[in-house]
Amino acid sequence: MPDDRELSNTHAGAQLLSDRVPGSAAFDELVVSRQSESLASDDILVKKPLGFLFWFALSWVGLVVILALIANLLPLPNPNYQNYSAINAPPSIHHLLGTDDLGRDLLSRLIFGARVSLVVGFVSVVVGLLIGGTLGLISGYKGGRLDSALNAGSFVLLAFPAIVAVIAIVAFWGHSLFKITVILTVAVIPLLYRVVRASSLSFANRDFVVAARTMGATSGRIVFREILPNVIPAAVSFGLITAAGVIVVEGSLAFLGLSVALPTPSWGNLIANGATNGNLQINPYIMLWPVLAMFLLLLSINLIGDRVRQRFDVREGLL
Amino acid sequence: MSDHSTNSEIAAPSAEDVVLTADNLVVEFRSGHRTVHAVSGVSFAVRRGETLGLVGESGCGKSTTGRALVQVQAPTSGRVVYQGQDLGQLSRRKLRQVRTKIQMIFQDPISSLNPRRRVRDIVAEPLTIWRRGTKKERAAQVREMLEAVGIDPDAAGDRRPQEFSGGQCQRISIARALMADPDLLICDEPVSALDVSVQAQILNLLADLKEKFGLTMVFIAHDLAVVKNVSDRVAVMYLGKLVEVAGSDDLYRAAAHPYTEALLASIPEPDPDHATDHKALSGELPSPLNPPSGCRFRTRCPYAQALCAEQEPPLRDIAPGHQVACHFPLVGGSVGDSAAATPLEASGVRPSPDPVPVEIDV
Repeated sequence: MPDDRELSNTHAGAQLLSDRVPGSAAFDELVVSRQSESLASDDILVKKPLGFLFWFALSWVGLVVILALIANLLPLPNPNYQNYSAINAPPSIHHLLGTDDLGRDLLSRLIFGARVSLVVGFVSVVVGLLIGGTLGLISGYKGGRLDSALNAGSFVLLAFPAIVAVIAIVAFWGHSLFKITVILTVAVIPLLYRVVRASSLSFANRDFVVAARTMGATSGRIVFREILPNVIPAAVSFGLITAAGVIVVEGSLAFLGLSVALPTPSWGNLIANGATNGNLQINPYIMLWPVLAMFLLLLSINLIGDRVRQRFDVREGLL
Repeated sequence: MSDHSTNSEIAAPSAEDVVLTADNLVVEFRSGHRTVHAVSGVSFAVRRGETLGLVGESGCGKSTTGRALVQVQAPTSGRVVYQGQDLGQLSRRKLRQVRTKIQMIFQDPISSLNPRRRVRDIVAEPLTIWRRGTKKERAAQVREMLEAVGIDPDAAGDRRPQEFSGGQCQRISIARALMADPDLLICDEPVSALDVSVQAQILNLLADLKEKFGLTMVFIAHDLAVVKNVSDRVAVMYLGKLVEVAGSDDLYRAAAHPYTEALLASIPEPDPDHATDHKALSGELPSPLNPPSGCRFRTRCPYAQALCAEQEPPLRDIAPGHQVACHFPLVGGSVGDSAAATPLEASGVRPSPDPVPVEIDV
């Protein structure tokens, strides 16, 4: 192996030497070719493999998402249908995960409930990133008064204990899926804004940005072509972790009876139901499945976010 | 080329030849209620085709001066005139256009290239911004330029900057700067971050390209030995002010400012037998927050007199093309001594011990 590389190196070096450009130094060329040569062969090795856990996490998230998407097409009973002849049934061939205290199929409720959790978690973060992220990007690059104003605004929003604020608003405004998503989006915007702004700020004064300015790039071009690609890894990984957080908040709201109105299932609603009326003693399955599903989902999302950051972080990734 | 002759009130000797003039350039930064005087009234002219070296120790404001020349750092006051156009007065749009003619090379080669973009796109950037040529033409130009700086376009085009060494990154950023088709290249310590062996290659490359593309250069560095090799004229900066401007040879033969003398004495001597009496500068650069009164160098100057604290020495001619800002310039050596070594108006107050050159070096 090493002999092979040595050979090809000298070969490439010689070639470069022979047709080198006047004025450039031969020595550096040799170094050039050797380095790029070794990089080319080591490329795959240099990048850390993502590992089994990552793929497991990704498939779990994928499975949940797909099931939630095609829930209507699956041969599942209506999640709200109450079968009084099968109350608190243990897992069986008819009800793969059992039924709850009203005889509703737990598998069906779990899958339909995933819709709420996923929508709340991901829609709020995506919209939050679009709004907060864009503001953060511009604010970090431009600085000045706009930055000070937005920064102060984000602190004001962050100063409210989020969960209390959300509870208060939900209690007054009502709790449809749409409203809860909107409220959580607003809660998430300052968080995402701050992370993206910090990241954008760290690139705003790099030499390559200065170079782009001297080349006549407009601010828009600099923000979206030079800074944005560098900010995306941090934004995506933090966004994923925030999504996990939002899913938990939805669960907490449900536990207080403030999430999506019953009987619509959401994981939070299921967990809340599993804990009431002594259900935990009588039928622990009601709570077990959604807790397990949510636990795995959060773990998976965090793990994916972490690996995404590692993979795309230049410093950690290659140097 | 010179179809823009709008407000041509340049204060330079031969307006034709001057590409860029800095006129009483001041850059100050506010930190809280204090002010950092980074650059305090620097004036010089860069003539077409020359390389002007700008030297000084770290923190003396030479990089800030470079940035102010491109208007990346807006000057607090003073003007930068490029081919008769005051850059500070231009509209945003016009400035965007005009400053492509002034490009920068940075000290940190890695940080000067966007880690997320491919070399091909980085080098093509000036063309893409200004939509010059078709895609094919751009690609051809990028190839040509990469070859001109000694990078193999086939092997390097699709790679990202962190896969290259410092020297290669510097070559790539030179290629990018040249793609903008500049007149003037401001090199801000372009080799300070590189290995010595690579330094020479980059310097040679810059010299070759200068000839090939007819460039004018401002070469900023803290290393006098490097500057000597590349510059036609050298301007020495100390704590935000120019202390001496002279032709490169003149400066090295007959430094007139004590600071320049000290800088020259600090160049390491490779011959161990040729032991020089090292007069290393004592003390540190005073804080630019609160620069000394009068001559800014007086706190470290071995020849400082009472006058130096009272009056600030202006930059004056002591020989043709040799300017110095010192009340008691060191005159001697072999050339450039036109007996101008009398302190200006204050000749009556002149104290007794006469600062005469100590070093009799060739």
